[in-house]
Order: sequence, then C-alpha cells, then structure tokens
Amino acid sequence: MNVYLDQDKCVASGQCVLAAPGIFDQREEDGIAVLLDPAPPAGRARDLHDAEDLCPALAIRVDDAQGTPATGDRPA
Amino acid sequence: MTATPTPLERHEQEIPRFPMPRAAQCPFDPPPALREQQRQAPLTRVRLWDGSTPWLVTRYAEQRALLADPRVSADISRPGYPASAPSSGKNSVGFILMDDPEHARLRRMVTAPFAVRRVETLRPAVQKIVDDQIDTMLAGPRPADLVQRFALPVPSLVICELLGVPYDDHAFFQANSGTIVNREVSEPERTAALAALTRYLDDLLGDKLARPTDDLLSGLAARVTRGELSRPEAARMGVLLLIAGHETTANMIALGTLALLRHPDQLARLREARDPRVIAGAVEELLRYLHITHNGRRRTALEDIEIAGYRIRAGEGLILANDIANRDPRAFPDDPDRLDIRRDARHHVAFGFGVHQCLGQPLARLELQIVYGTLYRRVPTLRLATDLDAIAFKHDASVYGVHELPVTW
Ligand code: SF4
Repeated sequence: MNVYLDQDKCVASGQCVLAAPGIFDQREEDGIAVLLDPAPPAGRARDLHDAEDLCPALAIRVDDAQGTPATGDRPA
Repeated sequence: MTATPTPLERHEQEIPRFPMPRAAQCPFDPPPALREQQRQAPLTRVRLWDGSTPWLVTRYAEQRALLADPRVSADISRPGYPASAPSSGKNSVGFILMDDPEHARLRRMVTAPFAVRRVETLRPAVQKIVDDQIDTMLAGPRPADLVQRFALPVPSLVICELLGVPYDDHAFFQANSGTIVNREVSEPERTAALAALTRYLDDLLGDKLARPTDDLLSGLAARVTRGELSRPEAARMGVLLLIAGHETTANMIALGTLALLRHPDQLARLREARDPRVIAGAVEELLRYLHITHNGRRRTALEDIEIAGYRIRAGEGLILANDIANRDPRAFPDDPDRLDIRRDARHHVAFGFGVHQCLGQPLARLELQIVYGTLYRRVPTLRLATDLDAIAFKHDASVYGVHELPVTW
C-alpha cells in the first residue's frame, strides 16, 4: 500500500495518529503530521482508510491498488 | 380585512426560522424541525433573526464536503455571513472565525501543545485532578450540583494548568466565559466580558514575558518576543483557548452524565468495561449523540458551488447544522437516534470538519475518557436528585448543556 501526506494541507488535528498509530506521528514543534511509513503492509489497510476518511483537511491519500485486492481492508 | 398572500409571500412565510426549538421531552435530540429539513432535502433555506435566508445544510456528506471546501469562508466579517446575533466581526474571539492563510498562521502557533502524544503525557495530572474533585465532592453535602462541584472545575483546572492561568481566579473567568457564550446576553454585556477577559490575559502575558514558566502562555509570550505574534494576538488566543477549554468539556461532562443516567444499560456497560478502547469508543459516541455546539457552524460561499444538485451562489450564507448530521442515517445507519456506546462513531462531526476542526480535541478526548472512566466507577450509586422535568437546559447558550445537575449517591 502507498500513503501520501500533504503537510501543507495538514491542520494538526491528530486524527491520523489516533487512527493509524505507528504510521503517522506529529512534529514536536507544530503538531503537523509526519508519515513514518509511506508503504505500510496491507494488514493496516483499514486503519489507513480510517485516517484518510477522518482527516479534516483532506491531506491523506491511500492507494491500495498495487497488488492489493479491492476487498483488502481486512488483515491478511 | 386580511389580504390573501401572494405566492411569493406564502413561500417567504414558509421558510422556517433558525435556530429551531428542541422538543420538550427530548432534551438529547436535535430539534424535530431540523430532522424534517434533513428528510426533505440536503439543502434548504432558513430565516435568521435579521430576515436573511441562508442555506441550511443538514446531511452529513454535504456538510463534510462544504466544511472542507476552500471556496467556503469562515470569516465572520464577510458580507453575507449568517451571523447568529446583531454583532459585527470585531467581537470575534480570534482565528476560528478567519480564513487561511491568516487562520493557518495563527493556528500553527498553538497546535504543538495539543498534539496527541503531547496531550497523552498529561494523563496522570488529569487523572489526579479528576480523583481529587471526586474526593472533594464525596466529602461534601448531598445532593450536590454536579456542574459546580465537578463538571466545571475539572476542565477549568486542566486548562489553567496547560495555559498557566492561576485557578484562584476561576470565579472571574468562568463568569465572563459563560457570558460570552450566552446567546441571550446583550451585545454591550458580551463586549464588556470579552474586554475584561482580554485585559486579564494581557496582564498574564506581561507576567510571562517577565518571568516565563513552562506553560502555553509563556510559549506565546516567547513568540511575541521573537516578533512572530503581536501581543494583542497572543492575548486573544489566550482568551479563545480559555473559553474553549471550559465551555465545551464542562457541558459534555454534565450532559453526558445525565444521558448515561437516563440510559442505565449503557452506563452499566461503560462502568464494567475493562478495555480502555471501550471507554474511548463511548466518548466518541457521546460526542456524536449529544453534539453540544447547537448553533450550526456558519460559513459564506466565496464562489458559486454546485452540490447535491443545488447551486450555492457566491456571497450566500451557509449554516451547517452538525447536530443533525450526527444523526444522519446515511452516515450512522444503525438507528442514529439511539445512544449505543459500542457503535463506531469516530467519524462524527462534533469537532467540525475542514481546516477549522477543533484544535483542542485530543485534550477534550483525554479529559472525557478519564472522567467517564472514573466517575461512575468511583461513585457507582450516582443518581439524579431531581426529575428530568426540573432540569434547566441551556437553550440560551451557544454550547448546549445543563445549567445545574442535582445528583446524589
Ligand atoms: S488527520 Fe490530517 S489534519 Fe490531522 S494531523 Fe493527520 S494529516 Fe494533519
């Protein structure tokens, strides 16, 4: 899976850190999100789609097309 | 003799007024008229106090789309803005009613202390505040008003600690903050309360400039010294955080407790939960179900916007009634009017959506998780000391809740 984060859009709400811990974190100085793992395993698909959906700034995009079936939102 | 209204007049008369009253017997539910609007169409028109007729957006999907749309402005001073009272933009309490890039610049000055992991480090301190407040309440007389004895002091102590405001002054800032969010006070009263709080915060900033400590206001003072922020901007930000830190969480604690006492099965499930995720889930569900900001989020269209088959014109006002969106069956399909702490309710819009989404939400979550996870376990016999009919709800405030909650144990 591939995850994209647009830090210019991020408003530091922290939703992604709650939804997908270990994949997102927030910067010490201003709370802006950082992507710890841009290519997480398919088992995290549900968390990632939650983060994408919950982000109020539409700053997260998740692309699970690559080799992951469309129904791949459950842990393998 | 009364003239028969023309079709246009009839149409005008049919536009419902906003805000709408709640049903007397359903203090936890949004106004029935809002529900009706949501059933009819995704966008309808309402009439405000000044005769203007902004769009009312009642459905979840359209609300999220519009709140996240850069063609939609939150600037209270813009012509067409659907104001909730005859005040002008000068009384706005800071960056929550501004647009980017100014909004983003100011918001980024205060986001760091509210980051999820930073807030998590406050857990032991907040737990201690909650435990101490319960001890004090239990040692005092019964029945007790849960609002004054618990729901208000807890978030007040927490925000004071975070900001670096002396809690000893709580009578002063709680009173002024209550006046500012009361939608029935006169404009001069609101202006006076805001001015008093701003002066107070400005004085405190002066202290922090001279003797910085390890708190949020000292952080703002340092930014003033570095020229990143003006002193009036810093003082206004302090006012905003102080008000926001009180009014919302305090009402969620008291109204949430009342809702749980009226849903004993849910209360029992919460009390017996051993898994912190159950408590975290209950917090999200109570945020969804109660939705305490009941004035509607207000915006203005900057350009023509096509949505759900409607065309919003540039300059038209928008009211996004998040309380009814949180009960939209399209987003919460399993009987949205039922309080069910096991529901996955995380996508609620109680904190709003878009770039203005609540900045303090990690702190609100932490406080509510600790309160809901502690109070009912430590006081298992907690119960109402009055009838539901006798409870005065805050229909008069921009943040909904109860004025008093007499409880005993
Ligand atoms: S959810 Fe979106 S806005 Fe919030 S911290 Fe993550 S990326 Fe930023």
